[in-house]
Amino acid sequence: MSPTMRKSNIFILITCFNLALLLLLAAHARLGKQNAEVPQAVCAGIVKELQLTDLCLFTEARYTRHPSMADFHAPFQDHPGALDHFPSGSLVSPPRFSHEGL
Amino acid sequence: MSGLLARHRNIIDFALSSLLRRKAKNISLLAVYTLIVIIIASCMLFINALKQEAAAVLKDAPDMVVQKMVAGRHDLMPVSRGEVIGGITGVRGVTARLWGYYYDAVTRANYTLTVSDGGQPAPGSIYIGSAIARLTGFSQGDLMPLRTYKGESKLLQVVRVLPAEAEIVSADLIVLSEKDFRELFNFPAGFATDLAVSAGNPLELATIAAKIVHQFPDTRPIMKSEMLRTYDSIFDWRGGMIVVMFAVAVLAFIIFAWDKASGLSAEERREIGILKSIGWETADVLLLKFWEGAIISLTAFLCGATVAYCHVFFFSASLFEHALKGWAVLYPQFRLAPSINAYQLTILFFLTVVPYTAATIIPSWRSATVDPDSSMR
Amino acid sequence: MIELCAITKSFAVGLPYQLTAVRDVSLVIEQGQFVVIKGPSGSGKTTLLTLIGCMARPTSGRIMLRGLPHPGLPGSADSAEVEITSLPERFLTAIRRATFGFIFQHFNLVRGITVLENVMLPAYPTGEPYELFRSRALQLLELFSISRHAATPVDRLSGGETQRVAIARALINNPKVIIADEPTAHLDSGLSSEFMEILSTFQAQGKTVLIASHDPLVYESSIPDMVVQMRDGAITGITRQQ
Repeated sequence: MSPTMRKSNIFILITCFNLALLLLLAAHARLGKQNAEVPQAVCAGIVKELQLTDLCLFTEARYTRHPSMADFHAPFQDHPGALDHFPSGSLVSPPRFSHEGL
Repeated sequence: MSGLLARHRNIIDFALSSLLRRKAKNISLLAVYTLIVIIIASCMLFINALKQEAAAVLKDAPDMVVQKMVAGRHDLMPVSRGEVIGGITGVRGVTARLWGYYYDAVTRANYTLTVSDGGQPAPGSIYIGSAIARLTGFSQGDLMPLRTYKGESKLLQVVRVLPAEAEIVSADLIVLSEKDFRELFNFPAGFATDLAVSAGNPLELATIAAKIVHQFPDTRPIMKSEMLRTYDSIFDWRGGMIVVMFAVAVLAFIIFAWDKASGLSAEERREIGILKSIGWETADVLLLKFWEGAIISLTAFLCGATVAYCHVFFFSASLFEHALKGWAVLYPQFRLAPSINAYQLTILFFLTVVPYTAATIIPSWRSATVDPDSSMR
Repeated sequence: MIELCAITKSFAVGLPYQLTAVRDVSLVIEQGQFVVIKGPSGSGKTTLLTLIGCMARPTSGRIMLRGLPHPGLPGSADSAEVEITSLPERFLTAIRRATFGFIFQHFNLVRGITVLENVMLPAYPTGEPYELFRSRALQLLELFSISRHAATPVDRLSGGETQRVAIARALINNPKVIIADEPTAHLDSGLSSEFMEILSTFQAQGKTVLIASHDPLVYESSIPDMVVQMRDGAITGITRQQ
């Protein structure tokens, strides 16, 4: 019977390979963080230039496009009985402000 | 030492043989397990990266934004109030912000229109965000038609497409001159959307805010720290979809573990009896069961985490696009800065590996302690 | 040498369905002997084998081993006498692994895995290098002419071939004592004689052989040195033949 590779060796090899990949990705993350500083600076520049307050994630409704400007009643601003915008409405919760009651 | 290693490797051999006996079942189990890890790990990495991006990018947002409210709704802000607020001690400057939303019936997309403070662009020209350029096909030099609130069509020339690196804040932006903005929306003179206030000392913001509210009780000041906090709690663990998704994932883990934990089949018990009768100790049997569980869960975790990372940072989380897009037509291309949150990954590791492995060992405990001669009775 | 002194084994002691399988048995088995334990079913043969083979502890009495390897016990040479009845499980298992090879009545092979892996199984937890016991296993398969089935799942073999796999497995750790429980129960007379022949070659190599059987082909054979008769858990007679 020809000796094929031991199953446990195959498993250990695969696991070590996977682990090495993950470590490589961790190194990539560390490197990527440094590389991201330039594009992030470009972004921050635009934010400063245009005085923006929010990330552009969900463009469906006011309160999902500018969640930091919205308030608790925001979902009803479209019209009474309006359904929540799915799925962004369930992902973005209304922010907590210190000066509430308005 | 080498004897210890050899023992483990031998037992892993048998554990693999044992798992391969039910190849189809175990491979599909591994596949589903890995898929769940991919989804959860992708979420963790994506959300984490977004939060870090927000913190890095919004640090130059206005110190404070003051809104006017009427009957619980956002109302237009008289620009004159800005002069009053400017007189408050500690306020370095007040700018009137003009921004709003525009619905394009042709593309059925929502754009955010905003006016820049510096006087650029000139009337008749606009800057557009890169996602708008992508969606409409307009580029520098093209004329873009917009509909005014009076019902007329207005042609504006694209003089600049905002950089793609800034897409996460400017994907849907159209920057235009104040004159064009007011004309487009029939926006009354002397009013702004809100006021941006900058303070000399950021620690005084709370005091300034209190003074503003005292002066104008129908306003609501929003501080930069609060804006950033929005993004800290974005994708709140307590909110809607995330809860559903995690509940489903935890349920899946429980189901897998349950299948193992609900005790051994007669076949498995018989097999343990055989192993004991040929000289395997209780500890050896338990080690076997441990490896049976660990092989699957460890492989699922390592593969899943690797794929998740590649998915989020090399393929800009394209799987989530379909989930997150909702009704929106515009969707930014996420080029997030890669980062791994070791704490969260460790938690995921324990959630993935420990319950399943424990569920494989614990029910075997009783069977593993049978007398070696039990298979002969 | 294996010496049993007044061995009694009772199950479910103190309960209404208490059963005494072995009753006050004393026996000496010399090294290199071929012993057959004969008796009807229920006479306690199997239980006696499990007691000798360190698979169970007697309720009372002592069992002593002399001249047999007892690994893991510090400072005792092979020739020293060891009383196994008082040993903790760990040492008992170690002795059993090194000293005894069991052939079960129903073969007790693990279904779904290959012949080779079945034969190697008892060696897995010992920590011995893989290549060593693998080559030993292949040699054993060669010896029993089943090498061609090495990669075959064990379920697909015929009765006789399965028997030989079971014997090969019993020998993987080079035991000094071979114990077989009703080995010919599922074999025809041809295979049964062949089985006895195989075991006698092992006796010729110096191994001790112990068989429990109610098959006349076994206990009336000329091969055994000693035939022990059992009934209702007690020895009723010992026949020695030369």
